Amino acid sequence: MCATCGCGTDDSHDLKELDHHHHKKIVDVEKDVLHENNLLAQRNRGYFEAKNILALNLVSSPGSGKTSLLERTLIDLKNELDFAVIEGDQQTSNDADRIHATETKVTQINTGKGCHLDAHMVLHAVQGMKLTQNSILFIENVGNLICPAMFDLGEKERVVIISVTEGDDKPLKYPDMFYSSTLCIINKIDLLPYVPFDIEKVKANAKKVNHKLEIIELSCTSGEGLELWYNWLKSKVLAPEIA
Amino acid sequence: MHELSVVMSIIDIAQKESSKANASIIDEIEIDIGCFSTVEIDAFEFAWQQAVKETILETTVKKVNHIKGKAKCLNCSAEFALENIYDACPVCGEHLIDIIEGKELRVKSLIVS
Ligand SMILES: Nc1nc2c(ncn2[C@@H]2O[C@H](COP(=O)(O)OP(=O)(O)OP(=O)(O)O)[C@@H](O)[C@H]2O)c(=O)[nH]1
Ligand SMILES: [Mg+2]
Ligand SMILES: [Zn+2]
Repeated sequence: MCATCGCGTDDSHDLKELDHHHHKKIVDVEKDVLHENNLLAQRNRGYFEAKNILALNLVSSPGSGKTSLLERTLIDLKNELDFAVIEGDQQTSNDADRIHATETKVTQINTGKGCHLDAHMVLHAVQGMKLTQNSILFIENVGNLICPAMFDLGEKERVVIISVTEGDDKPLKYPDMFYSSTLCIINKIDLLPYVPFDIEKVKANAKKVNHKLEIIELSCTSGEGLELWYNWLKSKVLAPEIA
Repeated sequence: MHELSVVMSIIDIAQKESSKANASIIDEIEIDIGCFSTVEIDAFEFAWQQAVKETILETTVKKVNHIKGKAKCLNCSAEFALENIYDACPVCGEHLIDIIEGKELRVKSLIVS
């Protein structure tokens, strides 16, 4: 862990003499394995709250349409809201280039072999970004429906995207992501006539995993349903604080 | 393969805790892994073997407690064993449930010398 984080805490712990002759001791640790990540996530969250930034963590399988949704949103709401984007990918800056083309502030994180973003990476990305007060920060996670589930980045809401070409059993096969998200976007509904995808079944499956999950159906290509997503987004933007 | 990150975090915790206790050897580590922790046990074991080489945990005996799922129904308050996150309450059939056990992923204790 790097020096700038200063995340090493000195929790008290119990020592018990187990065996006088061999000087063995039991140390009661009782520490969450992701404790370091969670501390940094809380730190990010505190920063976002202080600046009234709505941070959203976008997760999905590769190719479900995370970047496409961002491209549409950034262009359509350009005059109404202030945005910044963090792009997480194993390799390349392709997605960041696509976001850059919309004239939005963007930072690319390449995770190399890493299959998910963690709070530490986001902390450092944010440090270089000079985010503005009352803005929306989209964090596009690495395309992977499993690994990013357990890593809190400090986001306010987690948005899971599935597309109709992926099959309607996804929420049951990868329940953790649906369990830990607050909004599920079903993308590419323009393709519904061409694929066997039972949208009611997928919604029911997603609700079985997480009864609080909100669901929005849309198409980034045809634009159908985007209004619902924009309204959701606007409803989450907290009123700017009056100083 | 987030299991590798998990193992790396465990090594990190073990290192810090053992140095706080002024110990140079960790004889045993006890870890709780819940069935809904998202850790795949086979992947975890594989990652463990690779990652502990040349660390303080290289020769440590690893004891893993596999914690089963338990949920409470928000509709009828029944508590029951939960096998899959998407299972319904066996009493009232609702999916309005709260997972109360099975999300654990923690280092419980060390035996050091
Ligand atoms: N037909 C159709 N295609 C779409 C839609 N949204 C995205 N796509 C296509 O799906 C492909 C993947 O979209 P991306 O936006 O790159 O997906 P992503 O989730 O960002 O992918 P990764 O970052 O690689 O995980 C592209 O070819 C898009 O044009 C949609 O609503 N309908
Ligand atoms: Mg993308
Ligand atoms: Zn019930």
